[in-house]
Amino acid sequence: MDNIVEINGLSKIFVSEKKQAVQALRDVNLDIKDQEFVCLIGPSGSGKSTLLRLMEGLITPTTGTIKVMNKPLKGPIPEAAMVFQEYSLFPWRNIIDNVALGLELRKVPKNKRYEIAGKILERFGIEDFYSSFPHELSGGMKQRAAIARAIAISPQILYMDEPFGALDAFTRFKMQKGLISFWLEEKRTIVFVTHSVEEAVFLGTRVIAMSSRPGRIIGDYKIDLPYPRDRWNEEFGTYFKELMTLMNSGDIEKSMAF
Amino acid sequence: MDKTTRSVSLSFLSIKNFLTVEVFRLDRIGSFLSPIILPVFFIVFWQVFAVRIDNSIVLPTVHEVLDILVKPTANLLSIGSLIRNVLVSILRVGLGYFAAVLIAIPLGLFIGYSKKVAEFIMPFVNLFRPIAPLAWVPLVLAWFGVTSIATIFQIERGSLYVLFNNIKVSMIFIIFIGAFFPILTNSIYGVKSVRKTLIDSILTLGANEKDVLLKVLLPAALPSVVTGLRIGLGVAWMCLVSAEMLPGSLAGVGYLITHAYTVARTDIVIAGMIAISFVGGLLDWIFQKIEAKFFKWQSMSK
Ligand SMILES: Nc1ncnc2c1ncn2[C@@H]1O[C@H](COP(=O)(O)OP(=O)(O)OP(=O)(O)O)[C@@H](O)[C@H]1O
Ligand SMILES: [Mg+2]
Repeated sequence: MDNIVEINGLSKIFVSEKKQAVQALRDVNLDIKDQEFVCLIGPSGSGKSTLLRLMEGLITPTTGTIKVMNKPLKGPIPEAAMVFQEYSLFPWRNIIDNVALGLELRKVPKNKRYEIAGKILERFGIEDFYSSFPHELSGGMKQRAAIARAIAISPQILYMDEPFGALDAFTRFKMQKGLISFWLEEKRTIVFVTHSVEEAVFLGTRVIAMSSRPGRIIGDYKIDLPYPRDRWNEEFGTYFKELMTLMNSGDIEKSMAF
Repeated sequence: MDKTTRSVSLSFLSIKNFLTVEVFRLDRIGSFLSPIILPVFFIVFWQVFAVRIDNSIVLPTVHEVLDILVKPTANLLSIGSLIRNVLVSILRVGLGYFAAVLIAIPLGLFIGYSKKVAEFIMPFVNLFRPIAPLAWVPLVLAWFGVTSIATIFQIERGSLYVLFNNIKVSMIFIIFIGAFFPILTNSIYGVKSVRKTLIDSILTLGANEKDVLLKVLLPAALPSVVTGLRIGLGVAWMCLVSAEMLPGSLAGVGYLITHAYTVARTDIVIAGMIAISFVGGLLDWIFQKIEAKFFKWQSMSK
């Protein structure tokens, strides 16, 4: 299968307003294949969000190259969409107009885009909230709407930055299952950022582990388990332990560097 | 828990319930009454003092002032009725305010949007911010004198002339200055406080710069702009009296008040002040209603 994303020698240095430089990423090399479900894990500050924003084209690399679908990336492209770590719905738009926004920007006529957005809302079980405003929705529903908005433009690549981070365990399990069935049915590429090793092993075909100061890749695992996955399965436990050990050693390394 | 303690604690609960319900009810009456208590006291004291002093130039009684207020269409001091003067004032404020709105909103949005524009314009704008509207009076008089809108549009007779001749350019300028800064500052703040994630979100969905402006920056800034409009109108209305003390003014509540003062009609002075308070309060209230109705999302999505 072809690589859908190719990253070579990527680094990103932020210069703050006080002219201090922060190296958010150092020498990242990463190829992602079409239809992979890649999970990025790493402690806070390891550059996960930065990597995602670079891949989406929201910011430009300091050095290195990013190719998406064999083309050098110059900015956001229609084939990719993103779900943000922070709350990102437009508070003055109701849910259907939030979800249909991408289509609105593509000049899709109103009834057509409502039809498409409506179907997605149904699939996400929030069809009763068509005309509600974001502040009237629970956290889980807001996040579902944000995912629905990204999916509505029918992207081949979906970047998700800790989309379930703020949800309770129960809602999170439900959303994880929903996401897996979406991915299995629709054959898209997903790059999913999470803090949780367990979530990464539960979701991904592949888990990339990152470490901080500077942000870099410290591990790349293929998770060879069939879906739906069982958290109590022995092999699941093996993957989980292996990753946990790696992440913890990364932490120790970091604390010794102080 | 055995039976007795349970029933004890239950009855305790019901007492507590009863108390909170009662207190709640008292609270409701209280919250209805509490805004009126001070004004009532104030009016009572005023009346007592006025009767004591017994000099309507120093302090007229409540009913002397009320007499004027209940007949708002009666001609006062042969410079027209209270209503007519209030309307002239509203027209003046409206014009100065309108000019401020037209310039301050686009300028504010522009400054808020672009750091470069901000660096270019803000130091200059900030030079003028500390200058009180009244401080402009001498300069404004030197520039515009008693030029009125009628002069500018070359209207020389008819009822329009009477109306427009009363609206001096210098007054509009003073009111303009008063309204300009609050509207500008709030418009800038409105654009600047738009969360970066919202802009990123629309970019990932395929927006160009125009989309970012029309679909994110403007709607996100709108509540703050409306707050600026409300505050600006309040300040503009406050600048009114100073503007109407300028030479060439022959009507308006401000003029009515100063003229009433020169002929020692304190009752009319106070009636005029009450009219100013009433109109100002009404305008503010209308704006607050608009803010509450249309921008519910703002307070609830923070
Ligand atoms: N716009 C920016 N300006 C300056 N520094 C930044 C900027 N964005 C990120 N950084 C820095 O880059 C580093 C990586 O940040 P990033 O947000 O990518 O981490 P993360 O792995 O997503 O963390 P978290 O799990 O907390 O979301 C941090 O040290 C952060 O302070
Ligand atoms: Mg992050």
